[in-house]
Amino acid sequence: MSPSLPRVSASVAMPKASLQQVFDNLRAAGYMLVGPTVRDGAIVLEEVDGLDDLPLGWTDEQRPGHYRLTKTRDNHYFDYGVGPHSWKEFLHPSRLPLFSVEKNNGNWTIRPAQEPPPRYAFVGVRACDLAAIAIQDRVLIGSEFRDPHYAARREQVFVLAVNCSQANSTCFCASMKTGPKATGGFDLALTELPDIFLAEIGSEAGSEALGDVPWEAATAFDLGRASRVIQRAERQNGRQMQTDDLPDLLYENLEHPRWDEVATRCLSCANCTLVCPTCFCTTVEDVGNLRGTSAERIRIADSCFNRDFSHVHGGNIRPSIRSRYRQWLTHKLASWIDQFGTSGCVGCGRCITWCPVGIEITEEVNAIRAKAAK
Amino acid sequence: MSTAFLTSEIPNPTDPMLPHLATIQDVKPTAAGVSTFSLVFANPEERANHCFQAGQFNMLYLPGAGEVAISLSSDPAQPEVMDHTIRDAGSVTRAIGRLKVGDVIGVRGPYGSAWPLNKTLGSNLVIVAGGIGLAPLRPVILSILRQRSAYGQVVLLYGARTPADLLYTDEFDKWRQGGIDVQVTVDLGDKSWRGLVGVVPQLFYRIRIDHKKTAVMTCGPEIMMRFVIYEALARRIPKERIFISMERNMKCAVGFCGHCQFGPTFICKQGPVLNFAAIEPFFGKEDF
Ligand SMILES: Cc1cc2nc3c(=O)[nH]c(=O)nc-3n(C[C@H](O)[C@H](O)[C@H](O)COP(=O)(O)OP(=O)(O)OC[C@H]3O[C@@H](n4cnc5c(N)ncnc54)[C@H](O)[C@@H]3O)c2cc1C
Ligand code: SF4
Ligand code: SF4
Repeated sequence: MSPSLPRVSASVAMPKASLQQVFDNLRAAGYMLVGPTVRDGAIVLEEVDGLDDLPLGWTDEQRPGHYRLTKTRDNHYFDYGVGPHSWKEFLHPSRLPLFSVEKNNGNWTIRPAQEPPPRYAFVGVRACDLAAIAIQDRVLIGSEFRDPHYAARREQVFVLAVNCSQANSTCFCASMKTGPKATGGFDLALTELPDIFLAEIGSEAGSEALGDVPWEAATAFDLGRASRVIQRAERQNGRQMQTDDLPDLLYENLEHPRWDEVATRCLSCANCTLVCPTCFCTTVEDVGNLRGTSAERIRIADSCFNRDFSHVHGGNIRPSIRSRYRQWLTHKLASWIDQFGTSGCVGCGRCITWCPVGIEITEEVNAIRAKAAK
Repeated sequence: MSTAFLTSEIPNPTDPMLPHLATIQDVKPTAAGVSTFSLVFANPEERANHCFQAGQFNMLYLPGAGEVAISLSSDPAQPEVMDHTIRDAGSVTRAIGRLKVGDVIGVRGPYGSAWPLNKTLGSNLVIVAGGIGLAPLRPVILSILRQRSAYGQVVLLYGARTPADLLYTDEFDKWRQGGIDVQVTVDLGDKSWRGLVGVVPQLFYRIRIDHKKTAVMTCGPEIMMRFVIYEALARRIPKERIFISMERNMKCAVGFCGHCQFGPTFICKQGPVLNFAAIEPFFGKEDF
């Protein structure tokens, strides 16, 4: 038992059960814990109370258009890949009241949405999702305009990352250089071993979260085991994205026949944009009362696959599925780089798993490359 | 948790999505289904400090109806009064169209890029507008009239579908007297129409262009702008001196909503006024 707290950037070993103490510490510090839990046949992210809520002994099987949970023989908490949810639901909520307006004798009173932003502790953030959060930082608070709603949530968040110990056939984080190891942007990063958690301390707050936890300095043996676990996940990456010829490959092939071909399969259902941890597009709706004396303005997640997305009076800029799929893919992998200095894809594979017809972003790029215009 | 964007900055206390209140000072019918609304900010401080550039736009908001992007159409030298020339195009613009003098409206802005009035000092200018597209170019014309000798020859080529759709016809004489060659055409004449009939790009055949010192500024339907660019390039005007104002769906005007993307360009931030050379690879691509 160690009375003091570990220093930042140290790696320590801790008994698995003491993760509950970390949770308790975080809750005592005022955080609401959000983490993985099994619901309706998937591992989703929602408020968790304790270790009992985590998906102990579960893993997932993911393929294009396919997701299934199965029991493992090991009793691991984090032996699964990313599920249909991502942290963007908490930092960039899909439904967010912006303000309300009250009309009174021709005068208006505008009230900004007043709810204090929740103070979240994210439990089990994977490396690809850390990269996704860093990308949304650039989009929403990294330019001359800042989204104060995102900023308020983001500033307070505690990140408890988990290094992946297994990867799916849909994963390609290694080729996007985002994972499977969390290399920064966390307060604590765990690697799960059969008997212990290895915890890397990323910040003062991360160190404090280990208060009353019986930790010991990690041994070279522990560190070696942990790095082999992460290497295994890297080898298990089922896919690769070749990025060296992006963005030009896509810009030069805007008339490629593959766009027509993928349009015959794509349903324009918007699932891919919904599950993608970096997709940020929104629309705004006005909900008025019947007498027209008050209205609430609400920001709602939107998708470039929705028909009305590109509506201008008298027409739609992208009426075809071909043009919408092309917009999505070229934005993710090409124009995003010009706009924000980073790819819009982190290789998490969600869009591949949750596409009802199993369209694979990596395959679409390969098909374009195979018969490229240049 | 620290990130590059959070540690050094205090979070912006003001939400860029919050509208600011303005009052309608004047409403003027401008063409069929088009009126010009003169707005002033309700807050005197805001009224005094506000300024805008030719080509920029505001987001106008009516509770329960919605919000639309509308160009500023008045002289930037008198920024306390903001004209918006609005065509009834659908639900929100129709609701705005019903407003009267003294009514309140929500305003966010000004947003977007401006016409290159400084960069083109001394040049000849060909200003080409179609329909409502003259609205964002009116601040250009009014700015030029204030300092007419700072520019070379200035031509306005303007067309609309019918004579009733032409904006600001009562101002054309003043513009001509101020030294701007105003050429007008309509697609479809009516009984009283004595002027030209034909599409706007054809007006290029009526003017002489010295390509070495001419810049083009154009706003109108995208198909019209495509032909305008064709005519300009055919007359050897370099693409770096062709400027267009583009329209896309916009929900936020601050780069968050994603709706106005045109390849790498956010029309709300880098646009709406864009240099043709910068967007050439994407311009005119089908359904892009
Ligand atoms: C930079 C810019 C400057 C503009 N300047 C002017 C101007 O000076 N005068 C003028 O009359 N019009 C201008 N417009 C066009 C004007 O914004 C649209 O006519 C208006 O949004 C139509 O909205 P509506 O609800 O009345 O029409 P509808 O067609 O009924 O719209 C239905 C829905 O589509 C959305 N929608 C339709 N067109 C657009 C659009 N272009 N951008 C965002 N959402 C849209 C509306 O928000 C609404 O939710 C400009 C547009 C842009 C992008
Ligand atoms: S595009 Fe697909 S693989 Fe890439 S980050 Fe989004 S969901 Fe993940
Ligand atoms: S690619 Fe798949 S998930 Fe995305 S819109 Fe098309 S069918 Fe839906």
